[in-house]
Amino acid sequence: MTTLVLAEHDNSVLKDATLAAVTAAGKLGGDVHLLVAGHNAKSVAEAGAQVAGVAKVLLADDAAYGAALAENVAPLIVSLMPGYDAVVAPATTRGKNIMPRVAAALDVAQISEILSVESADTFTRPIYAGNAIATVTSSDAKKVITVRGTAFDKAATSGGSASVESIGGPGDAGLSKFVSADLTTSARPELTAAKIIVSGGRALGSSDKFHEFIDPLADKLGAAVGASRAAVDAGYAPNDYQVGQTGKIVAPELYVAVGISGAIQHLAGMKDSKIIVAINKDEEAPIFQVADFGLVGDLFTLVPEMTSKL
Amino acid sequence: MKILVPVKRVVDYNVKVRVKSDGTGVDLANVKMSMNPFDEIAVEEAIRLKEKGIATEIVVVSIGVQQSQETLRTALAMGADRAILVVTDVTTESLTVAKILAKVAAEEQPGLIILGKQAIDDDANQTGQMLAALLGWPQGTFASAVVPNGDRVAVTREVDGGLETVDLKLPAVVTTDLRLNEPRYASLPNIMKAKSKPLASKTPADYGVDPTPRLTITKVVEPAKRSAGTKVKTVDELIEKLKNAGAIA
Ligand SMILES: Cc1cc2nc3c(=O)[nH]c(=O)nc-3n(C[C@H](O)[C@H](O)[C@H](O)COP(=O)(O)OP(=O)(O)OC[C@H]3O[C@@H](n4cnc5c(N)ncnc54)[C@H](O)[C@@H]3O)c2cc1C
Repeated sequence: MTTLVLAEHDNSVLKDATLAAVTAAGKLGGDVHLLVAGHNAKSVAEAGAQVAGVAKVLLADDAAYGAALAENVAPLIVSLMPGYDAVVAPATTRGKNIMPRVAAALDVAQISEILSVESADTFTRPIYAGNAIATVTSSDAKKVITVRGTAFDKAATSGGSASVESIGGPGDAGLSKFVSADLTTSARPELTAAKIIVSGGRALGSSDKFHEFIDPLADKLGAAVGASRAAVDAGYAPNDYQVGQTGKIVAPELYVAVGISGAIQHLAGMKDSKIIVAINKDEEAPIFQVADFGLVGDLFTLVPEMTSKL
Repeated sequence: MKILVPVKRVVDYNVKVRVKSDGTGVDLANVKMSMNPFDEIAVEEAIRLKEKGIATEIVVVSIGVQQSQETLRTALAMGADRAILVVTDVTTESLTVAKILAKVAAEEQPGLIILGKQAIDDDANQTGQMLAALLGWPQGTFASAVVPNGDRVAVTREVDGGLETVDLKLPAVVTTDLRLNEPRYASLPNIMKAKSKPLASKTPADYGVDPTPRLTITKVVEPAKRSAGTKVKTVDELIEKLKNAGAIA
């Protein structure tokens, strides 16, 4: 049994999401190889070679793979699959974009966002916004899997000593072109990697207020900033801040929900946080049903008070 | 350009589903069913493209139980032109659905297929990508803007770091994210009109697709329950509690 893991990276840095996928792949039994598909991505391959549990790194370095276009990366993975029993990727937007394209080409039913590996063919995964956990057995000869990052420990970034092998691939499929990226830049920790998250909801009322009230509290706590869908839809926060069933799944040590009601879809993204704090003026708000510590009152007085007292 | 929009009948997003006590699945008896919210966004986008004169015809298709007809009628009432229902009682897996849709696409020859990025029941987020693979078409997933231009389409995608724009050759597959548009409600006259719009009924066999699932769900359980904690009275008490719990320094 040998498993291929698709590395998540930006052509220079290997992203943490990869490390949970490596751990999940290891649980399938057998060797784990890491595929770095990118452009000028040698440093990523070198970092991958250090990851504990990785036996070999495959580096496909080509302009066609630089923007991780699914049309180009999927055929590359498919071309490697005769040598592998399973392929695993983190359930990031990139993994979610590429992997089903691989699965269909292999005529395999993908198993999305697994929470655990029960055996080489059996997994658990959330359905209905995490309100139910299904145990799923795959009858396909090869497995195509995406991994929920919060459900697996991160593999160590040192201790490995894998070889790096350069490989070629099918290159540009000629179907798609990368045009531009408009990425949110922030000095704060990344949402899915943060130990503390402060999230704001519709109650903030405007983008200015969101920054005025949420940012200072987050800065005091060294926290990442998240948001509810309502806050993102209204333009108070960028789309990549959205926590929930259809946004990011987070499980920090501390999650502070400010002016968020606690809809099923929001809870789906944060209810595995270690400690949840809710600040909401409605004592009946569903968020209090999952909060370890609830503070009922007006966020516009409570949040600045908390910020100043920390 | 013709646009194909696949839609799925799912548990309404407001319903908190209950796991059956025998662990075989979730209890769907007497539960409100609706069109998957992401599919509503897909239908809306197709209608807007038709209103702009870019799309000429909108064909909606659903694969599932007979009652999926209601979902198709909703799409017709929103403004789609005709519908195809592929009836099956077998639990539909993304791969099966993608295979049937690929056959429908071969017949209908759409310029664009717009789907929801995920169905809120199985949360798989696969069908659009699989369909694109089977057709050999490019894919613009998690779209927050779709701008067709001649024989290409620019799709702005919601990605983990922010937004990304790709330029795809048509025909292409697009999957919708929440910010693409706000779907309209069907007006009463349009609901009445939708009743006489054409709806063709098919089976997976008509398309030569075997719907037998590849995945077997052996057990469904409730997630670990979180119990409500305590209410604190003041900010000072909150900070003290968090310090005691070791959550903050
Ligand atoms: C297909 C689909 C997918 C979805 N995916 C997601 C998702 O991934 N993530 C997500 O978050 N949502 C998602 N949603 C939306 C979700 O259903 C809710 O609509 C959303 O989470 C509500 O956001 P909110 O809590 O900020 O707003 P509201 O529900 O409006 O809550 C605002 C809260 O603020 C409180 N409040 C108001 N003023 C104050 C004040 N001055 N001080 C203190 N408290 C105050 C109110 O009491 C209320 O509880 C999805 C919905 C659908 C249909």
